[in-house]
Amino acid sequence: MSLLQIRNLHVEVDGKKILNGLDLTVEKGQVAAIMGPNGSGKSTLAYVLAGKPDYMVTEGDILLDGESLREMAPDERAAKGLFLAFQYPVEVPGVSTMTFLRTALNAQRKARGEAEVSTPEFMRLVREAASQLGIDQEMLRRAVNVGFSGGEKKRNEILQMAVLQPRLAVLDETDSGLDIDALKIVAGGVNRLRSSERAFVVITHYQRLLNYIVPDVVHVMAKGRVVASGDKQLALELEAKGYAQFVEEAA
Amino acid sequence: MNVDLRAVRSPAEQALSAAFRSVRGASPGAIADLREAAFARFEATGLPHRRIEEWKYTDLRTLMREAKPLAEPAGKTGRPPALAGVDAIRLAIVNGRYEPGWSDVDIGKAGVALTELFDFACAPAGHRIGDAPGKDDIAVSLNTALMTGGVVLRVGRDVALARPVHLAHLFVGTAAAAMFPRSVVIVEPGARLTLVETFDGPPAFDYQVNSVLELVIGDRAQVDHVLIGRDGEAALRLSTVGTTVGTGASYNEFFFTSGGGLIRNQLFARFAGEGSEAVIGGASLLRGRQHVDNTLVIEHAVGGCTSRERFRSVLADASRGIFQGKIIVAPHAQKTDAKMASNALLLSEEAEAVNKPELEIFADDVQCGHGATAGALDAALKFYLMARGIPEKDAESLLIQAFIGASIEQVAHEGVRGWLTRTAVEWLAARQ
Repeated sequence: MSLLQIRNLHVEVDGKKILNGLDLTVEKGQVAAIMGPNGSGKSTLAYVLAGKPDYMVTEGDILLDGESLREMAPDERAAKGLFLAFQYPVEVPGVSTMTFLRTALNAQRKARGEAEVSTPEFMRLVREAASQLGIDQEMLRRAVNVGFSGGEKKRNEILQMAVLQPRLAVLDETDSGLDIDALKIVAGGVNRLRSSERAFVVITHYQRLLNYIVPDVVHVMAKGRVVASGDKQLALELEAKGYAQFVEEAA
Repeated sequence: MNVDLRAVRSPAEQALSAAFRSVRGASPGAIADLREAAFARFEATGLPHRRIEEWKYTDLRTLMREAKPLAEPAGKTGRPPALAGVDAIRLAIVNGRYEPGWSDVDIGKAGVALTELFDFACAPAGHRIGDAPGKDDIAVSLNTALMTGGVVLRVGRDVALARPVHLAHLFVGTAAAAMFPRSVVIVEPGARLTLVETFDGPPAFDYQVNSVLELVIGDRAQVDHVLIGRDGEAALRLSTVGTTVGTGASYNEFFFTSGGGLIRNQLFARFAGEGSEAVIGGASLLRGRQHVDNTLVIEHAVGGCTSRERFRSVLADASRGIFQGKIIVAPHAQKTDAKMASNALLLSEEAEAVNKPELEIFADDVQCGHGATAGALDAALKFYLMARGIPEKDAESLLIQAFIGASIEQVAHEGVRGWLTRTAVEWLAARQ
């Protein structure tokens, strides 16, 4: 069974139709890149997967391991193994990253009927992931994302992903606002998590990120649908020729 | 001031007048004179109402339908409720009177002199009852006219109290009654004190408390005062703190309210010496039809002082939270640094928050500012937490706890801060 199956998905936001019969399948172990011009619906796809309120699915379905996500709240989806790395991670004043991570991890485990993580186990998990991402202890004690630079926020997203160990991770323009060093750190974090049981949907504008996170498959979105699919060569072609041909075909 | 208003006195005002006549007759001369002058001030306006600007949002004439009879003295022995996890010297004010039989009487050993209120009033030394900021306030005048008892504490020069002093107010009657406790705390130069006041009472009675604390902070002294309102849900309580801050002193004031029906906490603070700082904050956790008003008047009478005000409230159901904060900077009070923030978190469509900051600045070389917000929980924040697997109610609780926790943080005493935090967590758990 495919890990993620999206069938004929139609989505409206504030009465405006954004996704327009989108089909997409992601297999276990795959890294699927989603590329497309501004306004093609890439971020909407990310949000609707995570279950953001006000993103109305009017038709079609999203299946994770064959199970429909349509009626699930965001927290239920997370417990099923879905993770969204936000394009714009929000600041959570008053809640330290440690408390946040621990609350999230235990909530997911509880929902799955697993025991809470022990303190030493949790500390080990966080410390290891944090050091690989160049996140110091001081940052872990601070309130989530408060006063963090853009790059620190993105690294914090990858840290959360590493601790929560999702089955399907959706990275929404994780490369935006990153310099080349930060990009390499973030890509390294993603690559360490690649496994035959886990899949990634990597949403990006630019081919650059895909030099570091090499995709198995590349999908092109335009006007709320997937209009072309191919291997990593497709990303290079897009970089060279632009999106014009696909946008015209979709129209 | 207004003859017509007095002609149509409300039943509550008539009952207060009768109570005044009875206690005046029973008081020694010095105290009768104090009561007389205070009641004359009260009578000039009667119960405060919405046309008096300071009381605009807490219209007592409408909200206080009747004045309860004065509470009878409680039994001679008992124990007031503790503050769990806080090892304090407890002094009990039961039914508005100091009860030694309910109190830790060894406070003298800690370097604190204790005198009963009326004993002090008959032979005042170094301070006169009523000689505090806010003395002309209507609630304070009413307290002075009807005061039922209390303590006067004097913390000796350079005495640093290891344990907090806990002034525990408690009502233990079998029917609703009224109390007018009055206490004075004088902290001599260089001394350090953590003073906690709690207000407790049964939920079954609509009892009434009008308390006044006069706080005199000497030069270089450090005083933390935490006022905790956990009254029964039908209670009406007005609490006033009138503080004078000396030179180079440090003052930390915190108003916490989770109980009571109609509550007003007032602070009148005056900087009387240069180079002092005050941190004044509060946290209110409200539900049902609770009405809680925190009103401050901070007077920078001299220059070179710093004041910070931060009040936060969480409003559920049809509760109402009011914040009024006035900062007055006197002419010549240069280099004043005063900042005020009030933030309300509305958890229901029916909840209401009023924020009224006021700055009256008569000096030119000062830094003053204020910020006020009122709104619902941030939907983007909630989604972010839920997207990480935290269920909706837990996400809300975490965000509310973080919001209120940021204000509780100012309380320096670890035990008291721990109690406040646990109480906030329990309040949130009860919501679910």
